[in-house]
Amino acid sequence: MLILSSITKAFGGLQVLQNINLAIPEQRIFGLIGPNGAGKTTLFNIITGLLAPTSGNIEFFGHSLTGLAAHQIARRGIARTFQNIRIFKDMSVIENVMVAILRQARYSALRVLVPPALLGRQCVERSEARSLLARVGLAAKAEILAGSLSYGEQRRLEIARALATRPKFLLLDEPTAGMNGTEKHQLMEDIVKMAETGLSLLIIEHDMRFVMGICQEIAVLNFGQLIAQGTPEAIRAIPEVVEAYLGNESDGDFATAK
Amino acid sequence: MEWLETFWATYSTLVLSVGTNVLLALSIYLTLACGLLTVANAAFMGIGAYTAALLSLHGSLPFYLSLTLGALLPAMVAVMLGPPTLRLSGVYLAMATLAFGEIVRITLLNTENLTGGALGLNGIPQYTRWFDVFAIVVGALYVLLRFAGSRIGRTMMAIRQDEVATELMGHNVRAYKLFAFTLGAGLAGLAGGLNAHFTFFISPNEYGFDRGVEILAMGVLGGTGSPWGAVIGGLLITLLPELLRTLGDYRPLLNGVILILIILYSPNGIWDLKRFIRSRHFVPVS
Repeated sequence: MLILSSITKAFGGLQVLQNINLAIPEQRIFGLIGPNGAGKTTLFNIITGLLAPTSGNIEFFGHSLTGLAAHQIARRGIARTFQNIRIFKDMSVIENVMVAILRQARYSALRVLVPPALLGRQCVERSEARSLLARVGLAAKAEILAGSLSYGEQRRLEIARALATRPKFLLLDEPTAGMNGTEKHQLMEDIVKMAETGLSLLIIEHDMRFVMGICQEIAVLNFGQLIAQGTPEAIRAIPEVVEAYLGNESDGDFATAK
Repeated sequence: MEWLETFWATYSTLVLSVGTNVLLALSIYLTLACGLLTVANAAFMGIGAYTAALLSLHGSLPFYLSLTLGALLPAMVAVMLGPPTLRLSGVYLAMATLAFGEIVRITLLNTENLTGGALGLNGIPQYTRWFDVFAIVVGALYVLLRFAGSRIGRTMMAIRQDEVATELMGHNVRAYKLFAFTLGAGLAGLAGGLNAHFTFFISPNEYGFDRGVEILAMGVLGGTGSPWGAVIGGLLITLLPELLRTLGDYRPLLNGVILILIILYSPNGIWDLKRFIRSRHFVPVS
């Protein structure tokens, strides 16, 4: 359970987030929507510890995340992907995933010095990474450079890398950006499967068909304020939400999305 | 065996210099591999050289003990210098470490009672034997190769490519950087100690800006993709001037041309040439 209480963020005089209160339950697919500049990514940055909130508190499974460094928050079980893809382009696909496998966190520096042949230990990281890649359909491309993947594949690699940290919560920042219809559909299925394994997801997304299709609950952010929260059906019926998204027009993607 | 004696008499300094330069290149490889542009290694080398030399001269400590202390002191300085400076990146980090280097040089110049100031230290016992250098270079190379092949090396490579993403994968990026910086400082100090014990004489200006740039050139030229790159860089920068000796005054010119060619055609260093060539024929498995 991830609980944000009265999160406020100001950059100088600019109030980017104002008094955000949000409780994101476990094993749900939770959507975060809102027009560009509403503060969605800023909220992600605050949850993951990249930015400190000006005020407010975040609680994760009963423990406050305030004051923790980003890597500590990641180790507590919050992983994310980025709006502008941030994979390690000059590393192979499988190495990208291996970087994020943290199980042997207490890997001793001295142990590294022993030749691997003497340890007789299989590379557990590699096999684990391989199965994660299989989950996102990239197993066949494990050894090529990550930078040479297509855009949609890079997004899937980023998800595999985030999953490698074994998160309880996964934050996806516009996962379908740059994907074609088939890829989007595939991703929807993958996300539903992930949620079924007990993962909780928080998704920023502009594709309304996608959001309405998979999210059980949606929160709407506009000009740094939470203006609505509820089931997809309820959200669609709120006039302020439609207005925030589309101005005063009543037609368009939002209204027609099912 | 007579030719060997003649060879050694003429070239022993050169051979030992290759060794210490490879160590220096490995020391900068560590920080470059994390994407950190630091030029403090010359200063760390100086701290190590002066520490070890003074201990040998006045403390009459055993050679290996003074060498060890000559590596530990710069490492300790790095532990203190790291937290404030390693927050910086790019040119700013280079400037900060450059300033630190100048502070060290000027301090050495002005603490005449201890360091002899501009006159330097004379009559340092020539304890360094070829196998000391050889063993230390091989040892350091082994350790760094093991690091490079392990998750430590993988994480360092990830940090160089995207610090934020690496941090969000749960890695303590600052700790990694400090580790690389400190280990690099220790290696540079070790190189300084070894170097001081075969050159007989050291002075503050040997550890100034020029040396810093030379060390950086070794690291960049060889390539930061692997510790082997540092070995190649160290070898080349030491041997090139000797090989080009016949060119006389044109030597620095050709030196520069070679550097430019490598930067142009293999920006990741000589080590990367192989990968560069291979990638052109690379067909992804599908």
